[in-house]
Amino acid sequence: MTVPLLSLQGLTKAYPGVVANDSVSFDIGEGEVHALLGENGAGKSTLVKMIYGLVKPDSGKMLLRGQPFEPAEPRAARADGIAMVFQHFSLFDALNVAENIALGMENPPELRDLAARIREVSETYGLPLDPFRTVGDLSAGERQRVEIIRCLLQDPKLLIMDEPTSVLTPQEVDILFKTLQKLQSEGTSILYISHKLEEIRTLCDHATILRLGKNVGECTPAETSARDMAEMMVGSTLQTPERGSREFGGVAMDISGLSVPAPSAFGTALKNVHMTVRKGEILGIGGVAGNGQDELLGVLSGEVLTDADAVKLHGQPVGRLGPTARRRLGVLAAPEERLGHAAAPDMSLTENAMLTGSVREGLEKNGFLDWAATKDFAERIIKAFDVRTPGPGNAARSLSGGNLQKFVIGREVLQDPDVLVVNQPTWGVDAAAAASIRQSLLDLAAKGAAVICISQDLDELMEISDSFAALNEGRLSAPREAAGLTVDEIGLMMGGAHGMEVAHV
Amino acid sequence: MDLSAINPVLLIASLMVAATPLLLAAIGELVVEKSGVLNLGVEGMMITGAIAGFAVAVESGSPLLGFVAAAIAGAALSVLFAILTQFAQANQVASGLSLTLFGLGLSALLGQSYVGVKPPQMGDIHIPVLSDLPVVGPILFGHDIILYFGIVLTAAVWWVLKYSRLGLVLRAVGENHDAAHALGYKVLKIRLMAIMFGGACAGLGGAYISLIRVPQWTEGMTAGIGWIALALVVFASWKPWRALLGAYLFGGVTVVQLNLQAAGVAIPVEYLAMSPYLITIIVLVILSADKSSAPASLGRNFHASR
Repeated sequence: MTVPLLSLQGLTKAYPGVVANDSVSFDIGEGEVHALLGENGAGKSTLVKMIYGLVKPDSGKMLLRGQPFEPAEPRAARADGIAMVFQHFSLFDALNVAENIALGMENPPELRDLAARIREVSETYGLPLDPFRTVGDLSAGERQRVEIIRCLLQDPKLLIMDEPTSVLTPQEVDILFKTLQKLQSEGTSILYISHKLEEIRTLCDHATILRLGKNVGECTPAETSARDMAEMMVGSTLQTPERGSREFGGVAMDISGLSVPAPSAFGTALKNVHMTVRKGEILGIGGVAGNGQDELLGVLSGEVLTDADAVKLHGQPVGRLGPTARRRLGVLAAPEERLGHAAAPDMSLTENAMLTGSVREGLEKNGFLDWAATKDFAERIIKAFDVRTPGPGNAARSLSGGNLQKFVIGREVLQDPDVLVVNQPTWGVDAAAAASIRQSLLDLAAKGAAVICISQDLDELMEISDSFAALNEGRLSAPREAAGLTVDEIGLMMGGAHGMEVAHV
Repeated sequence: MDLSAINPVLLIASLMVAATPLLLAAIGELVVEKSGVLNLGVEGMMITGAIAGFAVAVESGSPLLGFVAAAIAGAALSVLFAILTQFAQANQVASGLSLTLFGLGLSALLGQSYVGVKPPQMGDIHIPVLSDLPVVGPILFGHDIILYFGIVLTAAVWWVLKYSRLGLVLRAVGENHDAAHALGYKVLKIRLMAIMFGGACAGLGGAYISLIRVPQWTEGMTAGIGWIALALVVFASWKPWRALLGAYLFGGVTVVQLNLQAAGVAIPVEYLAMSPYLITIIVLVILSADKSSAPASLGRNFHASR
């Protein structure tokens, strides 16, 4: 048997209160595309950080081509041919592409030579990039190209990719896969981290599945069904949300001709947005992150004020009303950023329940706060949405991401909204909890509420929405009926491939 | 009043002297802020540098030795700030403010026996022929060595930030410390170095006041220059040459208003005295319409969690 490129043997890493990796072992062969599968919090990121030298394992060892491999820092890992494309981009907005790439190299050449090499490599792999553009102005897909090219310039033996497709349109995913297959044919091994099963089935030779920090199984993705892999990841049988057929009522929310300038230097301006949502309808809004999702949520929730007539609720102009006034009228919102936007991190769950619930739940009388009623409300949320926490007195920060998400969504759903706007409702939530959040949105719509669900998870949108529209550079495509839309059509609505091309060689 | 008593050549020569303490402090703080740290303790480090430099110059008889001591004292005080904010994760604004208060108190204590003492003189350079030229001579070739050092330092900081790898890494740390850490750069070490550089520059600026500009020791003699330096960095949009421009503007208005006071202009002294601060800020606010160059991680503490 040949010596594997990288062999992990019994890697263990514990943080206070949680074992992130519990004696994980597997091998990555030369030229192999190896998938690392697992739910959020299963320990995938910790594991790759150990390989990349960002985190030191407590015990266990790694062998690189049979030699002991203990990178003390990323520099050492890079020197040994390990390169990594991060899930949250490790880029610097204010610097240009060439400077960003130079920062990730040990001995970068002169900026002018580097720019020429960036052009050359980016053309070869079908990822065109202008080395002198400021990274803050690039789309998510282009930013990822910067990261990938940074890795390719170092001629890596092992390329680690942490959830690379979560920010790409389907067309961009296709091109990325062609690039990866080309790399593989040149002998580069790839460690591919994802929880998107279909992707893994098309791309990967071998998969290792992590659950709660443990290696719970291996499989050959091409021969295993997505459902079987999902159940290995979750460790139980999955419930698919049920949608009954519904009748739509009159128009609940109507946006016409809405344009809003970008709120910050690297924000997105909304350009001439039109949309309507009927009572009982779920409108799914797709699109790659950073194309105006946050801005659209702000406009709908009342954080960003517009012309009065641009936003109408049941035919009445509400564009000049702030969030509290809109809550009183029944427009509720749950933003994407949990810590700091949807919830105040250092306040207790009770206090956070008060923050958005005071108007509709009658928690405030004559300027005095009714804490007893608020605590009841918080406990109702915790119970109805199975939020795992010792009690409503705990700080929002102390909850895991998925649990806090359940709390944040539950808080709005239980206030019986007429119109509910959610952004990334199941981001970072495990599959079982995601299914229950989706079910609650469907139930809400069945009771006659209009739901606007902004999400980057296309599978989620296809599962729950009645109509679908996509945001691309601040423009919203015309909504179409969701049933029967193909992936290609959705991709084109999201802006297609953004000028990417298939690898030339 | 008699405006003819004002000599434009001497005016320009002395505005350069008046601007130098501000320039030194601002260039130091600019580097600190480019690394993503907001140190509000500039005033405290300046005044500490002022007394440390003064005391060492008096005891040793060498003004140059005084300046070295001032830089060391400023850097030492800034290490205190670095320990609080970078390692103990204390709030940067609160730590910076307390550093100023601490510096003011410490300098008053150390300076008690130096009130009324005259420091040794730092000679001006004299280049034969060049320094004797009319007009150009006194303006360009008749100053002390530290003044030239300030200008060279400005140029050096500009070059390093723009063209060198060190500058790129420094900017990267200030822009996104999490990404810099993920790429394997030592965020805390780089910030510590930047903070110490800023402290040393502030100390030099302080000593320039007590050894050359005034030259004597009085309690609280930095008189808010440290705060102006902080404002200058922001309004100069973190660009070294603009900081130099702002410093010279401040120095210029300071010198002009002193001359006007001496000439007996019928404007209350209080208004004249506040004018340099006011005019500098107004002009810089207009200049700084472009705010996009602020380091994105400015004032945020970094902790390498996970």
